[in-house]
Amino acid sequence: MQSNMKYVIIGNSAAAIGAVQGIREYDKDGQIVIISNESYHTYSRPLISYWLEGKVTEEKMRYRNADFYEKNNIDTLFDTTVTSIDSDKKEIVIQNGNRISYDKLLVATGSRPFVPPMDGLDSVEKKFTFMSYDDAKALKAALFDGAKVLIIGAGLIGLKAAEAMQHMNVKMTVIDLADRILPSILDADASAIMQSYIENKGVKFILNTSVSKFSKNNAVLKTGESVDFDVLILAVGVRPNTSLISEAGGNVNRGIITDLTQMTTLRNVYAAGDCTESHDISSDTDKILALLPNAFMQGEVAGKNMAGKSFYYLNAIPMNAIGFFGLHIITAGSYEGEAYVEKDGENYKKLVIKDNKLTGYILMGDV
Amino acid sequence: MPINYFSQEFDVVRDPNRCIKCRACERQCANEVHFYDPETDSMRADSLTCVDCQRCVSICPTRALKIVKTDNTFRENHNWSQQIMTEVYRQAESGGVLLSSMGNPKDYPVYWDKILINASQVTNPSIDPLREPMETKVFLGQKPEEIKFNVDGSINTKITPQVELNMPIMFSAMSYGSISKNAHESLARAATELGTCYNTGEGGLHKDFYQYGANTIVQVASGRFGIFKDYLEAGAAIEIKMGQGAKPGIGGHLPGIKIREDVSKTRMIPMGTDAISPAPHHDIYSIEDLRQLVFSLKEATNYEKPIIVKIAAVHNVAAIASGIARSGADIIAIDGYRGGTGAAPTRIRDNVGIPIELALASVDQRLRDEGIRNNVSVVVAGSIRSAADCVKAIALGADAVYIGTAALLALGCHLCRSCHSGKCNWGIATQRPDLVKRLNPEIGYKRLVNLVKAWNHEIMEMMGGMGINSVEALRGNRLMLRGIGLNEKELSILGISHAGE
Amino acid sequence: MKKVYVNEDWCLGCHLCEYYCAFANSGETDMINAFKNNKAATPRITIEEGEKSADGSNVNFAVSCRHCDDPACVKGCITGALSIKDGVICIDETRCVGCYTCVLTCPYGCIVVDKSSGGKTITKCELCTKNSSGEPACVKGCPNKAIVFEERGAK
Repeated sequence: MQSNMKYVIIGNSAAAIGAVQGIREYDKDGQIVIISNESYHTYSRPLISYWLEGKVTEEKMRYRNADFYEKNNIDTLFDTTVTSIDSDKKEIVIQNGNRISYDKLLVATGSRPFVPPMDGLDSVEKKFTFMSYDDAKALKAALFDGAKVLIIGAGLIGLKAAEAMQHMNVKMTVIDLADRILPSILDADASAIMQSYIENKGVKFILNTSVSKFSKNNAVLKTGESVDFDVLILAVGVRPNTSLISEAGGNVNRGIITDLTQMTTLRNVYAAGDCTESHDISSDTDKILALLPNAFMQGEVAGKNMAGKSFYYLNAIPMNAIGFFGLHIITAGSYEGEAYVEKDGENYKKLVIKDNKLTGYILMGDV
Repeated sequence: MPINYFSQEFDVVRDPNRCIKCRACERQCANEVHFYDPETDSMRADSLTCVDCQRCVSICPTRALKIVKTDNTFRENHNWSQQIMTEVYRQAESGGVLLSSMGNPKDYPVYWDKILINASQVTNPSIDPLREPMETKVFLGQKPEEIKFNVDGSINTKITPQVELNMPIMFSAMSYGSISKNAHESLARAATELGTCYNTGEGGLHKDFYQYGANTIVQVASGRFGIFKDYLEAGAAIEIKMGQGAKPGIGGHLPGIKIREDVSKTRMIPMGTDAISPAPHHDIYSIEDLRQLVFSLKEATNYEKPIIVKIAAVHNVAAIASGIARSGADIIAIDGYRGGTGAAPTRIRDNVGIPIELALASVDQRLRDEGIRNNVSVVVAGSIRSAADCVKAIALGADAVYIGTAALLALGCHLCRSCHSGKCNWGIATQRPDLVKRLNPEIGYKRLVNLVKAWNHEIMEMMGGMGINSVEALRGNRLMLRGIGLNEKELSILGISHAGE
Repeated sequence: MKKVYVNEDWCLGCHLCEYYCAFANSGETDMINAFKNNKAATPRITIEEGEKSADGSNVNFAVSCRHCDDPACVKGCITGALSIKDGVICIDETRCVGCYTCVLTCPYGCIVVDKSSGGKTITKCELCTKNSSGEPACVKGCPNKAIVFEERGAK
């Protein structure tokens, strides 16, 4: 039976592709339109650091095969920004004023790098965020032999950027407000192991502080210390792109609020991925889970529901598998509970048990 | 040990060019011969405890291993062989009775190998078993002297209960306790698929195997282990074990360490106690007492099951058989001196009893002479090693044969003769769960079925060659046999002529 | 679709399946050369050995990819290196960057780190569809028929 459904997806990354898979499982003919403000075939965001490092080529960065859109009958609109959603008329407005109608809409707008207001930031010439392929390209162009690089943020993105530059002849300094690196996923012990491992690779860390003032190629820290740099990378954090939903009248907290079928409070409008708030079953709280596997699975559930099915996404947990400079970490769940720890050099294993169940873990080294 | 009297018997030889250090040999040796040496990053072996069971050789993925007899030899002496001397050293050390497993390995004459089979030619056409009907079905039990008919043609003669077999080969008695449950399962399933029987031995019948009852012979031995009403009802026949070829005249002894929970439940004795079967049945001290037991069992099972009496082949076996044939038993099973065992005193296994070939011939002849051959069927055991041995046995007078050692070989046994240690690497003669696991009945029962089917086919080929188309026509047909290299006396006992005559 | 199933009743923990797998995926024709010249692949099936209980018994199990109908590994793969082809979950090693997300998400723990890449990529059972073995090598090599290759209908 021919389907006349029209699915419009705002976004072209993991959640969007997951949605395509979900839709096509049940609706082979309905029209799918993907709108992206970038110009590329869907690519894997985490791979931008590998690209910068030279480990993958642009071709290998593709998240799906080159013929993905063709094979799945998808119309693509790249280099296009959506400015608003009219959920009563079931239309979206794009930057040139054109309106595009939809039967079901998925907002998979992801997140954007958060640039906090910092004194003198405007005076810095070579400053970059590290989120998109374009960011990485711009950064690469700016780097030169012997450059001094200052990275604000010792979290996942900041350290991945550092790892990407490890084989280049640059001097790196990483600053963070927190008292330990990777504060979102590691405890103090594991963090210390990772920090000393990365320090041995030639990276300098200055923790427990932030920049009080920038002036061109210099930053003065709250401690009074002065750091010179040629290139600045801002990796302080990300903010979900929720404005489309909030401006259209949908409920938004820190992220877009959805029910367990990934539908927002606007009828026929779904949301998935980094732009949403999820219910973390390991800690029984709502939070932003900006992780690729979660984004994909949420997108898949949204897609299936958009195609008329009834699925729930019940398995959101924080989970990370990531390596820095060759030392691997796998973490998951929440760390509240009784801990069992094994430590052996660079190998660290922490298992957290609550109510007789394994609620979370941190594994480092020989995972 | 200040003076080491016992050098290793075998050397494990590993080809370093073929060894890939997969450690399978280390994991599969219950005697802990192989080990991985991390210092030299190589596999090594300490052959002292090697029994040459061939498990490591068979499982090595690159065939890097072989086991050879050690070339550490004492001075050559035909009278005092190295083996005899070592046995004296053992007894000087332990003060105990020497124990051995499996059948008599000594160099006594094997009469099967001195008997030849006839074939038809010219005057008597042979039969092609692939094109013409060939009957290998056998019924074991008392046969009537004559058949009386009614006026309408139906049979008036009452026939006593019989054991029906699709081929003249059954699996010999091996108790649960001496062999593993998986071995029993393989035997039971194979017997069921083949349409023949296996024997519980004196260890009772495990409750999981009652489903195969129609193909089971339940044994009543001197220890009376595991015997109760349901047990007797379960089988197709009941066998009273008076003796066993490997250890005539003595009883049996299963060490307490092998009496784990399952064995204990099946035998109905406490865990960890030694299971001792006394030498005589303590309620049978004369042939009249045997007759009494035979009829007690018949009464208990409503005369529905044939009764077998199993004896070891000893000097006056013919007279004993004659007595049994008059006692009401339906079948006599004779076990020759080459028969296998889980454990027996070495001297008794190697020196007591007589060859089954001679025993069979003399029993068959005596029963015919006394006109009572039809009172019983005769089954023989004690090293039937091939289909040729089966044919020769039937021609000498047997109705069917029991195979024990051959069946275990099909399951993987390599006759290392260390069953009494309980560390059978093939999962057969052990109760250790990690070793028993190695015998997967799915694989085991198929191999047994293959073996017996192959032998059955060979029997048909040999019978066809003789121009005989049924086992009945072969039975006792001594004219089909000739001896070779046998003296007058042997020929006369066997009742066959010499080749050429 | 036929898959590899393991019956823990018969697994002896002999590890031969690991060696046959490593040989089958090595591209060598001679098993001895494969191991002696260090060309053997990382086995995609691993034995989990249970603790021995008082009576000497233990349970062993060989773990390999279940080729799930709804694979968590494929969904979490950040590069799209894992995919489903005719029901078999396949890995394109050239796209793998060794992030280990699949190691994290697989509920059976059957994704292994490929030692021949220095730990930079992962590998997994592909039912011997990519090597010359034909029937899965672990099934052929198991001495006790603990590993079978059959159609069972369920996931």
